[in-house]
Amino acid sequence: MPINYYIFLSVCLFCIGIIGVLTRRNAIVIFMCIELMLNAVNLLLVAFSRMHHAAAQALDSSSLAGTEAQIFVFFIMVVAAAEVTVGLAIIVMLYRNIHSVDINFLNRLKH
Amino acid sequence: MPITEILFWALSAAAILAALLVIFSKNPVHSVLWLIVVFFAISGHYVLLNAQFLAIVNMIVYAGAIMVLFLFVIMLMNMNAEQEPNKSKWMKLAGIISGGSLMLILVASLKNSTAIAGGQDAGIGLIQQLGRTLFSDYVVPFEISSILFLSAMVGAIILGKKEKNMNETNFSKF
Repeated sequence: MPINYYIFLSVCLFCIGIIGVLTRRNAIVIFMCIELMLNAVNLLLVAFSRMHHAAAQALDSSSLAGTEAQIFVFFIMVVAAAEVTVGLAIIVMLYRNIHSVDINFLNRLKH
Repeated sequence: MPITEILFWALSAAAILAALLVIFSKNPVHSVLWLIVVFFAISGHYVLLNAQFLAIVNMIVYAGAIMVLFLFVIMLMNMNAEQEPNKSKWMKLAGIISGGSLMLILVASLKNSTAIAGGQDAGIGLIQQLGRTLFSDYVVPFEISSILFLSAMVGAIILGKKEKNMNETNFSKF
């Protein structure tokens, strides 16, 4: 499987996430699109880890190269879980204050 | 065509279709459900890439915990009805064009690349190998991430707590 298939798939998912962030106004949907972008990057990291592992194994059959990338993806997931908790708490607080999750009402810093 | 290739195309199509439905469905609950489909497709890709541990973690953490959290918040706000007022057509078009041109540029610049060399896998994606690495070389980041979780939990509780004057008005009602 060529690596560029995985690159194209990740780029597609990432750009769909970007389009969602740019076109939607619901804060929760925007947050979900950010999660989608994070997952696209994770997928690309795992694909690169596999490629690195396969290349290292061609030289040394007992090589364990590529483990670090998967640990890295694991830590990205950990940080994303923490980020989602805080982000959703912020959205709930916003909803309590302005009774809407429309981001166009959140322009007070502009004035 | 080998079975892995068929699975790759099927999972890719499912992921992209579900991702498009995430951003184009009006109801936020439907968006969450389609996002769960995307995460399951990505988990399938992890299995195809011999990263079994990450596939399971992705399913449990993302498709399980995080999406349940999203659904909880959406149902808490009672956003079932379509409430999003129409954004101007030009803004939507501009967003789609800019995202699409970014995709075009990235695809065009990464067009030439090599194949993943086949070969015997030493099982780096299995929980045995990953756990050994995690608890020997990466034990300090692991512990720091537990502190991160604790602080995120405290932060979420503080942010989600009702303010004092709000509480008093609520109490005076009853």
